[in-house]
Amino acid sequence: MSSSSQVTESWISSFCGLLGHEYFAEVSEDFIEDDFNLTGLQSQVPMYKEALEMILDVEPEDDDDEEEEEEEDEEDDEILGDERPTAYRRASDRRHLRIASDLSVIESSAELLYGLIHQRYITSRPGIQQMAEKYELQHFGTCPRVHCNSTKVLPVGLKDSPGHETVKLFCPSCLDVYTPPNSRFQTVDGAFFGTTFPSLFFMTFTDLDIGSGIRNNPSSTAQALLQIQTETTKGTSTTPANVTSINGVAPHNLAPGIGAGNIYGPRIYGFRVSERAKSGPRMKWLRMKPADVTELDETRRYWENPPDDADRPHDDDLNMVDVAEGKSVDSRKKISARRKRTNGSGNGGGSPMDTNGVGAAG
Amino acid sequence: MSDAGQGVAASPRDPVREKVRELVPGIERLSLTYGAMDDFNSETDSDYTSYWRDWFISSRGNEYFCEIDEEYLTDRFNLTGLNTEVQYYQYALDLVTDVFDFDCDDDMREQIEKSARHLYGLVHARYIVTTRGLAKMLEKFKKSDFGKCPRVMCDSQPLLPMGQSDMANSSPVKLYCARCEDLYNPKSSRHAIIDGAYFGTSFHNILFQVYPIMLPPKTQRRYEPRVFGFKVHSAAALARWQADEREKLKDRLRGARIESGFEEDEAEAEEEDDDEEMEGDGFEGATVQQ
Repeated sequence: MSSSSQVTESWISSFCGLLGHEYFAEVSEDFIEDDFNLTGLQSQVPMYKEALEMILDVEPEDDDDEEEEEEEDEEDDEILGDERPTAYRRASDRRHLRIASDLSVIESSAELLYGLIHQRYITSRPGIQQMAEKYELQHFGTCPRVHCNSTKVLPVGLKDSPGHETVKLFCPSCLDVYTPPNSRFQTVDGAFFGTTFPSLFFMTFTDLDIGSGIRNNPSSTAQALLQIQTETTKGTSTTPANVTSINGVAPHNLAPGIGAGNIYGPRIYGFRVSERAKSGPRMKWLRMKPADVTELDETRRYWENPPDDADRPHDDDLNMVDVAEGKSVDSRKKISARRKRTNGSGNGGGSPMDTNGVGAAG
Repeated sequence: MSDAGQGVAASPRDPVREKVRELVPGIERLSLTYGAMDDFNSETDSDYTSYWRDWFISSRGNEYFCEIDEEYLTDRFNLTGLNTEVQYYQYALDLVTDVFDFDCDDDMREQIEKSARHLYGLVHARYIVTTRGLAKMLEKFKKSDFGKCPRVMCDSQPLLPMGQSDMANSSPVKLYCARCEDLYNPKSSRHAIIDGAYFGTSFHNILFQVYPIMLPPKTQRRYEPRVFGFKVHSAAALARWQADEREKLKDRLRGARIESGFEEDEAEAEEEDDDEEMEGDGFEGATVQQ
């Protein structure tokens, strides 16, 4: 029982090849054939069974008994291997016999179903890997914000249920969402990508250097000049050099497109517009970031001035900042007070809040 | 964006016109029109056809420019200093004001064309901060001729063109959103090559000083990265820090008795959101998957 014929394109690849569907990954048939991955979709998609058959380019045999059998065989494995449900066989040649109106309903159901499966697939291991390849090839485009300097973006939905919003683009550099520049994406449902995907992506691939484009690749001389100016005037960052992680993110990957030097300040003939003016700046906070990112270690800051009646948790549980071992420890009290711990060192009693190294396996 | 320019993009070099010009010097001054020129008569505000400028602002890629008044262009005071910036300054100026009358080969003509576009851009940067220029640009702003903010939370706020430098050839034009007060790259590559100096660093700020009524209310809504309904810690911690900064700004403004311009009734809504969202749509993602 070979999977798909060489001559005709599979439904999945023709769907992903459509104009406006450039953001979609091709969900592997193995993933779709695992019923566990489809849990709950039956109630969301009209003509579910037919839609599923269309996606897999198969048609059922006349009797419907096999439904029960399958459920018994169901395993919780994410990948079933190449075991195909026995009840299905290729039927692209028979499909044209269906009534046309019926077919168009099934077609739209199939698109909906595929989108919902896609939402789940791209958060699975093979799916996120596939999206990583598309990300590297810049299939999703770049951030339109000037100070993000063409940081690569990822598709995101603002809702997980279909029919609300079209697909948007998430920029890891400014942690904001944008409308895709091309109107052809305004027909693609955001739920087909889901709210989780981009954040999970950057938690999975912690080694990606999000800000590399911002630091090394000024696209024009003016920007280079601007950068030199800002770097000399602002003293970029006062984060201690030995901090390797803050709240689970490397400092250089924490919204690298914002913070001092990357905030637009309005000027008229070279003079800054006062924030007290009616037209003065009011939104700088949206693009601000503390010069010392350890300021964002809220747990630590809270327990440095603890309320009287509270029990102070164990030091390990306060560890939202990771400090590289061996390097000279910053003289400031805040840092030296911290217990040093290396990234992913095997001390079994690690904090449950510690997300560092989560992506090491992925 | 208008596509009106497509049909006439090549017109100024049209051979018939060249020939006519050769035979009757200064023909445009006589307000003689022929062919495509008829269409433009209604749009100009001078008493004779501003042929070159009409062609320029209606050609593809030049949608961001407004038409500079004849009176402004012919007042030498407004052009102070530009003769050192532009090659073939006099010829270029003649071309822009449609009194060009110089026999030259194609290469030279090409050079002068280029200079004329550059000159027009530089004068444009000065013109759009005048009362009439601001009014013209305001009309274009209202029609969203410069595009809309790509940021989702800005709700398609119209943009304004701006330059990051007032010096020519240093950086291309950017777009300013008055709602999020940030700069964006133009969507289309044909706009991304326009010099930012043709709009300048001050124009968009002056426009809002002159027309404060056009200032959009600032929004505090923002995107919260979430994984399976849970806020991402690093992003949420940063957002809380930024919210603190925002409250400090509001306190400063309140202290100075100045209206902050933020959308109302959001402040309270947001506080509640923080906790209740978790029970509400925050978990939507998780429930859908069950």
